[in-house]
Amino acid sequence: MSAPLLEAQNLSLRVGGRTLVRELSFRLGAGEVWCMLGPNGAGKTTFLHTAVGLREAQGGALRLAGRALVDWHATDAARQRGFLPQTFHDAFSASVLESVMLGRHPYLSRWQWEGEDEREIALAALAAVDLAGFERRDVLTLSGGERQRVGLAALLAQDAPLLLLDEPVSHLDLHHQVLVLEHLGELARARGKGVLFTVHDLNLAARFASHALLLTPQGVVRQGPIGEVMTEAALCAAFGHRVTRLEAAGRTLFVPE
Amino acid sequence: MRRALSIWLTLAGVALAAFAFALAAGSVRLAPLELLQALSSPGDSLTGEIVMRLRLPRALAAFAVGGLLALAGALMQVLLRNPLADPYVLGLSGGAAVGALGAMLAGLGAFAANLGAVGGALAANLLVFALARRDFMRRQAFGALDASPRLLLTGVIMAAGWGAVITLMLTLAPEARLRGMLFWLMGDLNGAESWAPAMLVLAVALGATYPVARDLNVLLRGEALAHAFGVRVAPLRRTIYLVASVATALAVTTAGAIGFVGLVVPHALRLGLGNDQRMLLPASALAGGTLLLVADTAARSLLAPQQLPVGVITALVGVPVFMVLLMRNPGRT
Repeated sequence: MSAPLLEAQNLSLRVGGRTLVRELSFRLGAGEVWCMLGPNGAGKTTFLHTAVGLREAQGGALRLAGRALVDWHATDAARQRGFLPQTFHDAFSASVLESVMLGRHPYLSRWQWEGEDEREIALAALAAVDLAGFERRDVLTLSGGERQRVGLAALLAQDAPLLLLDEPVSHLDLHHQVLVLEHLGELARARGKGVLFTVHDLNLAARFASHALLLTPQGVVRQGPIGEVMTEAALCAAFGHRVTRLEAAGRTLFVPE
Repeated sequence: MRRALSIWLTLAGVALAAFAFALAAGSVRLAPLELLQALSSPGDSLTGEIVMRLRLPRALAAFAVGGLLALAGALMQVLLRNPLADPYVLGLSGGAAVGALGAMLAGLGAFAANLGAVGGALAANLLVFALARRDFMRRQAFGALDASPRLLLTGVIMAAGWGAVITLMLTLAPEARLRGMLFWLMGDLNGAESWAPAMLVLAVALGATYPVARDLNVLLRGEALAHAFGVRVAPLRRTIYLVASVATALAVTTAGAIGFVGLVVPHALRLGLGNDQRMLLPASALAGGTLLLVADTAARSLLAPQQLPVGVITALVGVPVFMVLLMRNPGRT
């Protein structure tokens, strides 16, 4: 068995003197879809930023495909893991196609220009997020949800084995939320990708994730298969709000009080 | 790639035409044949002297300075991820001006003024780097909180400080020196014969930034995203700050603080040709050089023998042209 795509060992995260995550250990393997749940400010984004290498951990270790995060060369790391930030700040005009082809950056050599191959990969990625025909649009003219899907398309074009997504469906309408998460699940099943996404919608989490990380305000993280983590008691403790778990229409549903 | 090449060739052609115009125009007008003669055998005529000793060095200096300013402007706009950035936004020209005006105020000669400009630009540069060193040195950006706003604010405040010192110097300056100081502030290529250092730095700056131009495309989308796509953000930002600073310092030392070129040339090219830095950086250098060359030729020949400050010409011509470009493309900025 090969090394897990992402492995945390006794990981501790602190921001501004406040401990967000205490002694977190888990292994994310190929073909698994993990959701990360927790109240605002619990450390979901902080964890993702640490896993991408945007900040340092305050204790413990993170390994990407068996190798310590700090030992990865920037380009190699970009071929191994992709990251979707929570928001996009575009200061300048750019076409949608250019924005998606950024995902091919780690694969091009220094003097190489994007060619027909990159174009085809980008167009396929756009089709996967239901943005076919948008390639000539300017990103500054897009709606928030469309911009988020362009970001997702760039992540798909990057085609890394591990996908880390910070609230990938926060700006999307109902139809596209399901479409995007279904596509991520398909990538995990059919192509062995590992997926870790943060989300606030418990029903989407329960429907599309195989595993869950539940962050609590106390810094303790519950983790494991989705059914074991997403219990009424655990969710209530984490969010400080009572949640009822129902089985209906063949799905598990969570209804807040 | 092929498109970029044809853009560069077109701009280079326009630059050559601008050179021919600059060498032929002036108080002694030359016909095309006379110009060719003066260039091919400069030694044996008065026109040869004028072209080779006066006009060619000045034209080369104008082209190099314009190229440096436009390139530095394009780089600053990427570094700060701000369309309003120009080569002077971090206070470099202010530092240079304080150095140069200080030398003029003390009654020292042109050489001392140049030395003062270099020293001032260097001091301003180091000061911003020291104040914002956390943004430059830290291993990685911190998520969505880009470093750029703080760096920009540091520079803007420094520029305000330099501006106060400049105003103080102008207030204290005796009448006789005021005119020279004002010309320096507005930017002036009169007597700028030392084109070689500026041209050399232009070549080096292009050579240093062209290989990382695709990384700059990614950096333009934000530091967190650039990091995710495999760009080493902190070293890249240090490199472009260094290159843009040296380019600006040399431009200002050669010709004073000529405004407008560094802000508007990269934007005009983006509006017309797109925002791929691989195309844009060389194109900015060519177009900026051409713009300043044409403007300087107009500055010295419109009201000849009276010379106008070239910065006034670039702004007077550039503002309406840019406005037309901006209005024609309402969807793009």
